[in-house]
Amino acid sequence: MTAAAIQSRADKLDSARQLAVSSSGLTKRFRGGQVAVDHIDLEVEAGSVYGFLGPNGSGKTTTIRMLLGLIRPTAGTHTLLGKSIPERSGEVLPHIGSLVEGPAFHPYLSGRDNLRRLDAADRHADPRTARVRIGAALDRVGLTAAAGKRYRNYSLGMRQRLGICAALLQPRQLLILDEPTNGLDPQGTREVRSLVIDLAASGVTVLLSTHLLAEVEQICSHVGVMHRGRLVAQSSLTELRAGSAPRVHVETADPALAQRCLVRLRLGDPLVDETGVSAELGSADPAAVVSALVHDGVRVRAFGVRVPDLEDLFVGLTGEGFDVSG
Amino acid sequence: MSAVELSAVELVERPRRISTRLLRSELRLIFGRRRNIAGFGVLASVPVIIAVAIAITGPPGAEDGPLFSQVTSNGLFVGLVALGLELPLFLPLAVAAISGDSVAGEANLGTLRYLLAVPVHRARMLAVKYLAIVIFTVAAVLFVAAVGVLLGLLLFGAGPVTLLSGTQIGTAEGLGRLLLICGYLSVCLAALGAIGLFISTLTEQPIGATIAIVGLAVISQILDNIPAVSAIHPYLPTHYWLAFGDLLRDPISTDLLTTGLLSAAAYAAIFWTAAWARFAGKDVTS
Repeated sequence: MTAAAIQSRADKLDSARQLAVSSSGLTKRFRGGQVAVDHIDLEVEAGSVYGFLGPNGSGKTTTIRMLLGLIRPTAGTHTLLGKSIPERSGEVLPHIGSLVEGPAFHPYLSGRDNLRRLDAADRHADPRTARVRIGAALDRVGLTAAAGKRYRNYSLGMRQRLGICAALLQPRQLLILDEPTNGLDPQGTREVRSLVIDLAASGVTVLLSTHLLAEVEQICSHVGVMHRGRLVAQSSLTELRAGSAPRVHVETADPALAQRCLVRLRLGDPLVDETGVSAELGSADPAAVVSALVHDGVRVRAFGVRVPDLEDLFVGLTGEGFDVSG
Repeated sequence: MSAVELSAVELVERPRRISTRLLRSELRLIFGRRRNIAGFGVLASVPVIIAVAIAITGPPGAEDGPLFSQVTSNGLFVGLVALGLELPLFLPLAVAAISGDSVAGEANLGTLRYLLAVPVHRARMLAVKYLAIVIFTVAAVLFVAAVGVLLGLLLFGAGPVTLLSGTQIGTAEGLGRLLLICGYLSVCLAALGAIGLFISTLTEQPIGATIAIVGLAVISQILDNIPAVSAIHPYLPTHYWLAFGDLLRDPISTDLLTTGLLSAAAYAAIFWTAAWARFAGKDVTS
């Protein structure tokens, strides 16, 4: 089988599974020998909002640069909208809007003139509709009033909006947004998040990188967790939540006694912590657990059942919190 | 219909084959930038200084050289003398500023990654950037000549032009010769622009690239004046620049000029290819 035939087969497989982004063993080792991205297999389903989550320095931006063909992978392959990159970049990239490592524009041009330049660079763009499309995109991110100002006079939030605006100059099928709410105030953050939700509702697939767990919980349907260059988890949020077992927490001064009781009740994974004991509830009845504890003479100060939130899950996956720079 | 199926349908649409939009955008960037407008002011200062100085001090004597001595008999010579005086440094500096900025400037701002993601194919990008450098070069050369000619005609009027071989020609033919000189110098400087484009792909610091290009042009001229290294003289990028004087002979002596044009074409081809080789697979991390 020729390389082209293999590729065309791979393309068909991808489109059968409807993957807007797919990578296989994607790896980037920089010249210093440092491995920034280590064999990641991304699977972003068409129509999903995929949260690409990881602390700063975990390899998210390097991955995005590889996806867009800006840097060459050391190993591995990937496709966007079912077409392999970089071979078919010219066909695919016009359908993809992107924001990579923050906005970048010519400082002495106005916001509108910067957009004109990007539109002029796009051979797929119709010059006759440029004015209308630019106006609509500016309107969408709330920059119409500031469109005539020089970019150098824009605030950080306005720059970020202009970057998102540039990604919306054409109708897109896939948006790759690297930290789109970076530098925005709470109001701006809310606006961008609701914009992403709107776009997703209109059928656009969104790959959104972020170091904010709350962002993923609010707007994403899927999540991929990056940790030190590796993709340590990838699934839909629903699956992820379903996989997390509720745990009983017993606050007590008799942890050893309490632990023995929970073991006797066959609760899974009993652990002693500084306030007491916890274990997986499983199918047990919480009321029966409390009465058994009391019956065994455990001095129970507090009792609760808690479903671990995403943060607990991710700390479990990465061994550290998300504010930590890797 | 899923997004992926939809893509298969929409991706069939063809981009327009020829579009001048990016080139026009590029030219607007170059000619609209304050720094470059100020640069044109500097280029204009030389013909202005020559014309005003001679108008104040009176006609130069024959000992001032065959070109200078004719300034007062025909205003065209202000343009010619200005070109000759700007050729060693000011014109190369202008070309170096634009070509050094071409790729490194976009990398420095970060706009390079967004142009490539539009997408702009890397070969198309280098082609458009180089075309803009060439257009700028022609504009800069013509601008120096035009300022000189206009000011010269205004202050000294038109008159017969005595060529280096002694023949006299009329003002119209003189203007034609001046245009030929502008064309020749543009080709020479455009070759320097190709070197500049290549250097610009090596760095993210546009000023560094510009300094390197100017340095290269100056060192080439210095080497050209050291007899001990005469063996390499024909290969220096600036070696044939002064051959423009041959366009002021009757008949025009084409030997050096032809070699000069071939040398420039070779430099342009080699360095554009080098820029492509460097840029095509380069990781854009800016």
